[in-house]
Amino acid sequence: MIDQALVSAFEKLTSPARVFSRPEDLLLYEYDGSVDKGRPDLVVFPESTAEVSELVKLAARHNLPIVGRGAGTGLSGGALARTGGVMLAFPHMNKILAIDLENQRATVQPGVVNFDITRAVEHDGLYYAPDPSSQKSCTIGGNIAENAGGPHTLAYGVTSNHVVALELVLPDGEIVRIGSAHGDAPGYDLCGLLVGSEGTLALVTEITVKLSRQPEAVKTLLAVFDDLDDASRTVAEITARAITPAACEMIDGWTLNAIEDYVHAGFPRDSAAVLLIELEGLTEAIAAQSTAINEVCLAHHAREVRIARDARERELFWKGRKNAFGALGRLAPSNYVLDGVIPRSKLPQTLRRIAEIAKAYGFQIGNIFHAGDGNLHPIVLYDPRDPSHLERAIAASNEIIRYCIEVGGALTGEHGIGMEKNELMPLIFSDDDFALMRRVHDAFNPDSALNPGKMFPLNKGCGEIRVRSQLYTSVIS
Amino acid sequence: MTVSSFNVAARLQSAIGADHVIAEPASLAQYAVDEILPSAIAKPDSAHEVAEIVRFAFTENLAIIPCGNRTKLAIGMPPSRYDIALDITGLNKIAHYDPADLTISVDAGTPFNDFAVPLYKQKQFLPLSVPFYYLSTIGGIIASGVDSALRHSYGTARDFLIGAEFVNGSGALTKSGGRVVKNVTGYDLHKLLIGSLGTLGVITRLNFRTFPMPIESRGFVASLASAEAALELCHAIAHSPLTPTSIELLSPQLLQLFLDSPESDVSDPPSLPLTGVFPENSWHLCVSIEGTPEVCDRYVRDLTHLSQQTAATNIHVFGSNDSQGADLWNYIGQSIPLLLETSPQATIFKISHLPGRLATLIAELTTIATQSSLPHVTLARASGIIYFALLPASNGAADVLPAADDVSPSAGGAALPAADHASLGGDNAANIPLLAQASAAIFQLCSRESASASIPWCPTALKHLVNVWGAPRPDSALMHRLKSAFDPQNILAPSRFLTL
Repeated sequence: MIDQALVSAFEKLTSPARVFSRPEDLLLYEYDGSVDKGRPDLVVFPESTAEVSELVKLAARHNLPIVGRGAGTGLSGGALARTGGVMLAFPHMNKILAIDLENQRATVQPGVVNFDITRAVEHDGLYYAPDPSSQKSCTIGGNIAENAGGPHTLAYGVTSNHVVALELVLPDGEIVRIGSAHGDAPGYDLCGLLVGSEGTLALVTEITVKLSRQPEAVKTLLAVFDDLDDASRTVAEITARAITPAACEMIDGWTLNAIEDYVHAGFPRDSAAVLLIELEGLTEAIAAQSTAINEVCLAHHAREVRIARDARERELFWKGRKNAFGALGRLAPSNYVLDGVIPRSKLPQTLRRIAEIAKAYGFQIGNIFHAGDGNLHPIVLYDPRDPSHLERAIAASNEIIRYCIEVGGALTGEHGIGMEKNELMPLIFSDDDFALMRRVHDAFNPDSALNPGKMFPLNKGCGEIRVRSQLYTSVIS
Repeated sequence: MTVSSFNVAARLQSAIGADHVIAEPASLAQYAVDEILPSAIAKPDSAHEVAEIVRFAFTENLAIIPCGNRTKLAIGMPPSRYDIALDITGLNKIAHYDPADLTISVDAGTPFNDFAVPLYKQKQFLPLSVPFYYLSTIGGIIASGVDSALRHSYGTARDFLIGAEFVNGSGALTKSGGRVVKNVTGYDLHKLLIGSLGTLGVITRLNFRTFPMPIESRGFVASLASAEAALELCHAIAHSPLTPTSIELLSPQLLQLFLDSPESDVSDPPSLPLTGVFPENSWHLCVSIEGTPEVCDRYVRDLTHLSQQTAATNIHVFGSNDSQGADLWNYIGQSIPLLLETSPQATIFKISHLPGRLATLIAELTTIATQSSLPHVTLARASGIIYFALLPASNGAADVLPAADDVSPSAGGAALPAADHASLGGDNAANIPLLAQASAAIFQLCSRESASASIPWCPTALKHLVNVWGAPRPDSALMHRLKSAFDPQNILAPSRFLTL
């Protein structure tokens, strides 16, 4: 527990209004978008890098774990205080510090919402490319921690492809700048390491990102299939024929019905699956791609290939895609969104295997995902009020993830390991791999003060982790 | 052979078998790094043998420099110790190639051409046509961190390297990433290996995403009176909907170097010489484009229009199958090998900055070179990279070069001495202090400008006066800590990047 004197010390570094310590206030911070929980002892809202540094030093003096948090939309428990301690929440550090239109760069604080960068530069023909589904609420700081993706990362790359410089606060309070605005400094690629390190190496207090130029033309296609296999074979062939759409998303029939009930996106309810394919670029380029994709779809028995008539219909399609999780929330008390990744040619067999697992466990598992880069998001609907239900949901999920590994895939494509999959890490990594990752971890975070209990399996490579409290079992209804 | 070197070779032989160890002086000389010779060469056949060798070195505290075909071993500071050259060319298989997934996994010692051909047969490629690529192993390309013109649209290796296996400094075979195009499982340690010069690990295997070959590609060259004018055109292109494959800016002296170089062997029958195609004393903006014929037509149309608006004095378009165009782009891609061939003592800077600052930088670099009476050559990438080569001044350079105030930066500065000038390839010890002075001035300029600078290629003698990596940076301490995490005993290419 943190005593009142210590709370006062944190208040003195900030202000009483920026320190939460009452249980009812802390409750809101024990969740993120995952199925896990972990309650901090204190939530502090810094307003500057200097404050972050002082807060980290104070926490270090008292041996308190520190966890950074953006909007709490993460899906692997990355922003949860697994072992209690101090949570630094960044909503007050939400300023866009500089925009360089000429060189297509923006420098922002970690609490800036992803989409707000695009909003700030769209009138100048620019945008920030990585577009996670939660982009209207998730923050850049969280995106950095998890190396966030999104539908359009198929063509434009994930967060790490767009981050050129960072300001860090290390666990001893030291402030260090890494990378460079131009993005090509000699030496080790520290930004490449930090992005996706899940808050286990440093806190990020300032970020410089690349801005992209809006394409001249956009075309959105909706290919409708009566058979799921046909849809997944279409995706595999689009890849194999080296057609490169900006986005290629799949929604299965059951999921799109749930979406239609909620969003009315205009998806055909009687189809087995739809592909939402977006083409971007020069008018001449997307005309050729559109023809090629139409051919592949029809060769795989697409019932129809619809083209969004205007910006309004395009936005409606995407609204359906991006609000799918909300739509499914209406069907069951809770849903568990998985994140697996497979070689793209293995899509048809993997979707069949997911259907078998769903049947064996008696769950409805929906599929709505980034098909173009083999990044699956099966969604398991379950009832958290029945603990055995959650347990079985997790067992089914693990079986799906194991299958992804079997066919040559990975544990996570964009949600991160966090405290969701840290015990699955030995499926991929050897003791030697863990030993090196651990030494890299310790080069930045030697006492596991930052985000303990994440990424590493608890019994491997992270021996001195200070697990003080277990998951809370109570459920807020 | 010294006693100690005999010992290293003999001990290595007893540890890993005589078959894999070479110690003849003539062979050792071929593995020299900055004129320092190893005591033995180890040539393993597998990643496990690599690990065995590193474990042996770890136990015996011997320093290793890993290498492939040794085309880029000049990059870096002289090693503080060098006992074993670890030649990984015995690791040369394609481990996986899944054309339908657009991913490939190759052993680090695989020559570039050995996997470029199977990729080509599937109409795919890896955008790494870096200097020396046709002689290089993929491990060497990644470890040296060299870039190519294609970075403009495809990015650098960090954007398409998706996984790696390597032996760290403790001799453990480790990995990161995987064989899928999207992956956030664990730390991206493989990104750290890019440009690490073997200081963090001995790379044994690399996984990449591959790219579809374009349907058609063409070249567009606009000639302009000055670097500033050419960069204005770059600006106009950057603010248009066009996204060319590459945009490279050649100084007048660089084009002259191409024209003077021996005939290229890329085309059969040999193509027409480039002589007379471009106006002299101009800067040339070379834009490559790809796509369907309709897309290429559109590019040519728009680029022509933009060039006319920015006062280009000449425009030349190379069609898809034009061997002259192929020659030109091959020269551009291999500018550095060409420069080093003509002038082995060249001091070549790589400078990175924001695209909008290139014009100022080029002008200031030219001033520094001119003040030192050093001939110089510039290759700039529109995305914000400048390769700036200072060439050794010939004896009595001041006599053959125009006086500094006669040379405006826009004309490209001091002229290149004739290619057959005796001094070009010679040893120019007298030039070293002058080069050191100019280098210091360039590092100061870059530091003032918040640009990054390093000297990938220069005479070894200069490295005793100048740190080719420039002054320590704010993140140097973190890099030291990482080096210790990967290589606790500092046996991997010690001091080549960080001086411990």
